[in-house]
Amino acid sequence: MGNIQLKKVNKSFGATQVIPGIDLTINEGEFVVFVGPSGCGKSTLLRLIAGLEDTTSGTIEIDGRDVTGAAPAKRGLAMVFQSYALYPHMTVRNNIAFPLKMAKMDQAGIDKKVTEAARVLNLTNYLDRRPGQLSGGQRQRVAIGRAIVREPSAFLFDEPLSNLDAALRGTMRLEISELHHQLKTTMIYVTHDQVEAMTMADKIVVLNAGNIEQVGSPLDLYHRPDNIFVAGFIGSPRMNFATGEFSKPYNAHTIGVRPEHLKLSTETGTWRGTVGVAEHLGSDTFLHIHVDGIGLVTARVGGDFAVKHGDKVFLTPEEGRVHKFNDKGLAIR
Amino acid sequence: MARAVSTRRTVFFTIVAWIIALVIFFPIFYTIITSFKSETEAIQGFNLIPSGTVESYQAVQAQSNYFKFFLNSVIISVGSTLIALLISVPAAWSMAFSPTNKTKDILMWMLSTKMMPAAAVMVPIYLLFRDFGLLDSRFGLTMMLTMINLPIVVWMLYTYFREIPGEILEASRMDGASLWGEIWYVLTPMAVPGIASTMLLNIILAWNEAFWTIRLTTTNAAPLTAFIASFSSPQGLFWAKLSAASTLAIAPILIMGWFSQKQLVRGLTFGAVK
Repeated sequence: MGNIQLKKVNKSFGATQVIPGIDLTINEGEFVVFVGPSGCGKSTLLRLIAGLEDTTSGTIEIDGRDVTGAAPAKRGLAMVFQSYALYPHMTVRNNIAFPLKMAKMDQAGIDKKVTEAARVLNLTNYLDRRPGQLSGGQRQRVAIGRAIVREPSAFLFDEPLSNLDAALRGTMRLEISELHHQLKTTMIYVTHDQVEAMTMADKIVVLNAGNIEQVGSPLDLYHRPDNIFVAGFIGSPRMNFATGEFSKPYNAHTIGVRPEHLKLSTETGTWRGTVGVAEHLGSDTFLHIHVDGIGLVTARVGGDFAVKHGDKVFLTPEEGRVHKFNDKGLAIR
Repeated sequence: MARAVSTRRTVFFTIVAWIIALVIFFPIFYTIITSFKSETEAIQGFNLIPSGTVESYQAVQAQSNYFKFFLNSVIISVGSTLIALLISVPAAWSMAFSPTNKTKDILMWMLSTKMMPAAAVMVPIYLLFRDFGLLDSRFGLTMMLTMINLPIVVWMLYTYFREIPGEILEASRMDGASLWGEIWYVLTPMAVPGIASTMLLNIILAWNEAFWTIRLTTTNAAPLTAFIASFSSPQGLFWAKLSAASTLAIAPILIMGWFSQKQLVRGLTFGAVK
């Protein structure tokens, strides 16, 4: 089980409204990612689901049961924190066993579960160490171990990878995704990193200023963003936007073109610009081009596209790849 | 050259620090020396070399029962510390982890009670003690010292608890720990260094407290502070005996402080150097 339903969930801190009222359904077994810029309320929303914050109004249901007023432990959820939040005075074994001990499970049952979790997470050799003697990745695995032994109906992850270095982040991303395939349990994952969101999610919830901007699969959001915010937030590098005379031919207030959907030529094209910084990644090159009337436009070209700083180039948006938005920033389809 | 200058500075400050330490320690040192002098030696003037006689100690022990006072000191200081901790741990926990916008005011108010001179409330407290039959009782004195030191204990624990990341307590809540489970299994073990140094400091403060212990006791509950005081007045001043009594009174706490100095220093600078 692991259906989570939020109905008109509202959260205010004093006079400040952080979440004005959210309706959201998370289905059993889904990997849902809450993504948005910092301060958008995504962590608060997760903490409301966890029960670490009280809702101001609205209801939260888990598997059809109203848990709005229930204590965190009574919701059948497990959470992995950004700082790992391991108990520093306990060994890895006792850290993982802690929730079972609190549930008053017998020692034999605890040992069995801890051994199994340690095996799955490659922690068998570290069971008698303390968190202080482990690397960041290992600590994160202990935190996950502590979560999985409870066999929760859903896992909550609060930016679990942001304290790790880039390489480890990639590995842990795969491990968490793999874990989801093995356990098939609902997972809610909060991140500000849209790459994590795109690569891991079944369903992405894009949040901005406490509101849900759009809910959909990663490719849905990439190809059919509902508004300028989602269009600009999802995709890396960011989508280019143009208004005025540039958008007029498309009958739109604003148009958006992704860097990978701009054709580059040194001879002819729709927009004319001057090459600024070029970022060479080997497989690709990101060119930052100054286009008069638009400003800085990013274009993605092949790794061996030869231009240098100051060269004149022409850009042409690919047919059918231009996103159109009205004056309210909503997509025109 | 920068290196040479900094070495010279280090030497200079080390010497200064030693001088200050010696100046602070000298009265205690001189008390101990005087306690090994005869009364005639003691009033003869400044002299750092005692004859080494223990007659003052014998006289002190013959005149009053040291161990009765010692036991009272132990009961009152340890008792008041334990009661204060029992009250302060939950109090500091709630102020550190679920503060309201009045928390700072409450902390300030608690501290402000320490700013009031004890003499200002002597009469009402004395009358209260008299009316409740608490004069010269260990229980009354333990309660008095608990209340005197409670603000400091709450403040110290609050500072330590603030250093503990709230996420760890939230994790324990997610893991199914009850309120007491959270305090007992997670918070307290993590705060052991802080709690230990608070305990040590409070025992020292309670051990040395003289204003109330002398005024609210006569014989039964009198601790070592009253023991020292009893050697100072009626028959004139007997320096050697007074010094012997003082040495006996401060010895236990000095020894305890010596063995736990590492813990004390760590506790008192916690947060400041982090």
